[in-house]
Amino acid sequence: MGLSACALLWAGVQTYIVHSFGFIWYIAITDGIVNTILLSAACWLINNNLRYYQPGKGSYMNLLMWCLSLAGICTAGCRWIIPYLSMSSVYMVFLTNSLTIRFCTDFLALGWMAVVSMLYYTQLDHKETEKRKSEAEKLARDAELYNLRQQLQPHFLFNSLNSINALIGFKPEQARKMIHQLSDFLRGTLKKDDQLLVPLVDELQHLNLYLDIEKVRFGHRLETEISCDEHCNEAMLPSLLLQPIVENAIKFGLYDTTEKVTVSIRAEIDGNNLVVMIQNPYDPQTTRPKGTGFGLRGVQRRLYLLFARNDLMETHQNDNIFTTIIKIPQV
Amino acid sequence: MKRVLVIDDEPLARMVVLEYLQDFADQLEVIQECNDGFEGLKAIQQHQPDLVFLDVQMPKINGFEMLELVDNPPSVIFTTAFDEYAIKAFEAHAVDYLLKPFSKERFNKAIEKYLSQAPVAAQHAKKTEDLLEAVANSPAQHERIVVKTGTKVKIIPVQDVIYLQADDDYVSVFTAEGSYLKNKTMNFFEQMLDPRYFVRVHRSYIIAIQQITRIDPYEKDSHLAILKSGAKIPVSKTGYVKLKGVLGI
Repeated sequence: MGLSACALLWAGVQTYIVHSFGFIWYIAITDGIVNTILLSAACWLINNNLRYYQPGKGSYMNLLMWCLSLAGICTAGCRWIIPYLSMSSVYMVFLTNSLTIRFCTDFLALGWMAVVSMLYYTQLDHKETEKRKSEAEKLARDAELYNLRQQLQPHFLFNSLNSINALIGFKPEQARKMIHQLSDFLRGTLKKDDQLLVPLVDELQHLNLYLDIEKVRFGHRLETEISCDEHCNEAMLPSLLLQPIVENAIKFGLYDTTEKVTVSIRAEIDGNNLVVMIQNPYDPQTTRPKGTGFGLRGVQRRLYLLFARNDLMETHQNDNIFTTIIKIPQV
Repeated sequence: MKRVLVIDDEPLARMVVLEYLQDFADQLEVIQECNDGFEGLKAIQQHQPDLVFLDVQMPKINGFEMLELVDNPPSVIFTTAFDEYAIKAFEAHAVDYLLKPFSKERFNKAIEKYLSQAPVAAQHAKKTEDLLEAVANSPAQHERIVVKTGTKVKIIPVQDVIYLQADDDYVSVFTAEGSYLKNKTMNFFEQMLDPRYFVRVHRSYIIAIQQITRIDPYEKDSHLAILKSGAKIPVSKTGYVKLKGVLGI
């Protein structure tokens, strides 16, 4: 539509210009129409080409050559076709003399067409890529979260049920309490939307449910220390973010040593960030932490997806203590 | 009277087993409870029990690793929460296995199965050996090798292994710190170690690929791999083909 309107306008203007040089309308119109048809065909060719093929940075020269040669073909077309339609020796002289200016205008028109279509299609392509990327990321995110949850559940769940089974026999009250803790904990993991930011105090409460259950399982071997400045309580963080880190800490702490294990969690505000530090003992002789392990990688990935930063989580190992520090920017 | 050992790191989990065992008090006697694999190993060597209830996931060394260190493994009933891979192995080779939480009825069944098979204890030992070989290629078992040096247990991360050499009924595990004997076959280790990092280059040798500095031609059809430690390891014709495949040359 746009292209044909442009073509009509172009034909009109050209006809008028030729007429203003003193030629009769018939000759002027023939000139205008023939040239416009050729030029439109060339424009369509360029436009169509660029739709399916985006020139890379190095091939702009190619595009220029294309424009030049198409402009040449258009001009040559006019030179050989128009004389068949309108014979006039005066006009022939005019036509031959105006070839250079015809070539230049054709080239400018084609160049303009090429630039416009290139920008348009590049931008379209970019949008498409962007959309695909965000969809892919969303899919990956869902899958990852699903996996992370699956990892958490089976062992923990079955072992907890086994502990309840034992308690029913001789401490029914405690068995009942543990069932409630377990239910509250599971409800918490199901309910929470993973995008949602929650106050630290809520997240710690949820974490405490988990830790209490683990303490029943492992008896006096597991101890926890949670310290949190009062003004941290309302700081926001993505829900269930700390869970895999603490789980990791417990796993390494409990399965890496046979002694008592203290897992400590400390939260503080540092400038515009909420900083949470989680520490657990480990045995450097038998454990070679490979990178950060799957659970922690998931946390890092999630922080990246939410805040587009890769520097929000770090881990340190020294003196048999493994430390994980995460920073959550506060909006 | 059969003598029973209960090994689990969760006190409540042990209590379930003890409670359920009360009904069999006239046939089975619990001689000890153990918190982890080290205690378990010591107790097995000391008491030579007839039957062991064994958890898989435990601190430091897991149930399988502990069994690997026992010379004449007793009959074992595994108690575990969830381990897809291990369950396959149990079905094939264990006396029985109990998935936590298990019912009294299921537990009784396992005990009856054990009691009815008990006279053929020698077979159980063989079965336990087979089981360990079967779980050796479970992903969880790739990480480290557990060996006994005297009375101590040494855990060797596989990254520290330079090469393995067959040594009669044993396999020597060579690390930078020295070598350790393990009462297992080369096949066991070939199954256990990640084939991307370890190659059996010879009937009697498995080497860590990262340790190779160069490979020289040796006599007809055979080569010699020179390791960073200076060790020269013979590479057989088929070993050389395997090595080339893994190295991509």
